[in-house]
Amino acid sequence: MSVKHALLALLSMGPATTYQLRRSFDESTGQIWPLNIGQASATLSRLERDGQVAREPSEDDDGTQGSWSLTDRGKEELGRWWANAVTRPQPERHELALKLALAVVVPGVDVQALIDAQRIAAMTALHDATRARRGVAPEDLPSMLVLDHHLATLEAELSWLEGIEATLARHRSRPTSAASDTEASPTARRRTPSEAR
Amino acid sequence: MNAALEMRAVRRVHGSGPGAVTALDGIDLCVERGEFVAVMGPSGSGKSTLLQIAGGLSSPTAGDVLVEGRSLPSATAAQRAAIRRSSVGYVFQDLSVLPSLTALENVMLPLELDGLPFRSARETALEALEAVGIGDLADRFPEAMSGGQAQRVAIARGVVGPRRLLLADEPTGALDSRTGLEVIELLRARADAGAAVVLVTHEPRFAAWADRTVQLRDGRIIGQASPTDPGLLLAEPGGAWPR
Repeated sequence: MSVKHALLALLSMGPATTYQLRRSFDESTGQIWPLNIGQASATLSRLERDGQVAREPSEDDDGTQGSWSLTDRGKEELGRWWANAVTRPQPERHELALKLALAVVVPGVDVQALIDAQRIAAMTALHDATRARRGVAPEDLPSMLVLDHHLATLEAELSWLEGIEATLARHRSRPTSAASDTEASPTARRRTPSEAR
Repeated sequence: MNAALEMRAVRRVHGSGPGAVTALDGIDLCVERGEFVAVMGPSGSGKSTLLQIAGGLSSPTAGDVLVEGRSLPSATAAQRAAIRRSSVGYVFQDLSVLPSLTALENVMLPLELDGLPFRSARETALEALEAVGIGDLADRFPEAMSGGQAQRVAIARGVVGPRRLLLADEPTGALDSRTGLEVIELLRARADAGAAVVLVTHEPRFAAWADRTVQLRDGRIIGQASPTDPGLLLAEPGGAWPR
């Protein structure tokens, strides 16, 4: 939904061609998520179908020319977007949480090695993001905002991994009950979905 | 040219017999001039021991440590002290500035110990204070300074003169995050100016300013992270932008 709303937001500043929209999109997201022209065209076609944008064809029109503008319905949709909180997307983080949850119950998985590899990957990304952030021009507010989000997300992941390590260490050091716990918990978890049904 | 710091198969055991604790277990680490290396790891992983051995404050049980090509373990105590004073600067968490001396006197101290005449020690120390952005506070005593300013004095003292290897152990630990960042920027600037910097920290955001992060656990290096091409990473197809 975000590419769609980003395009509506850009069009609220005035009519633009597909190429101009794509360029402004890249500029306003700090070029962190480059939008390819096909994706821009496809999104605009869907918006046109939904009556949220209109196209003013140019003389030698081959479908890529012409200028897009916001319709009243598009303005309403954009207004709703600004007014409402963004719901959490499904980032890869969730895959990581799931992977770790499985790693502690599936026998033979080296959880520590998994955490180590993930930490190195996150730290590498943090190095990159930090370097990129240091290179942002002081007047480039959009890039700063986007990169700061990236940094905060990576820091959160690293601190989460550190927490998991501590939890695992505590779990391992628990006397006697630790062994029976690790056997009991997967069974208990397996039961839950069927009970829910 | 020799690396600023080279640790070869460094092992450090505290105590002996059944109670012996292996703090470092085969560390190989090379830090070039102009390179900024961060060391991370859980407490007890050997971070501080690594730093102490790198700076000759403690000796390895086995292995070799070379500062600018000179072996610390095979040097005499007097030679080691001379290498420490002339080549190595330390910055610690506990703001190790002397409260009875002004900022300038604090920074002049190691230079005078090196036998530099008063006038040139004063000149060099003033330059160091200016380099860390507090040249105007030269005559102030530590108690009349903020935590960040006092830490800058400690850094100026750590880097003053010909010191080319800067070892920092949690230098941001006692500081708020903004002042902490200023200290890291300073370390970065020292590295960019040609010093070798080793920073021990538990804060990923600060480690990320280094050229490389070394991850320690149980006295071993278990992995390293360094920047790839940020352009490539950030242009990852799809990225985090939901479709």
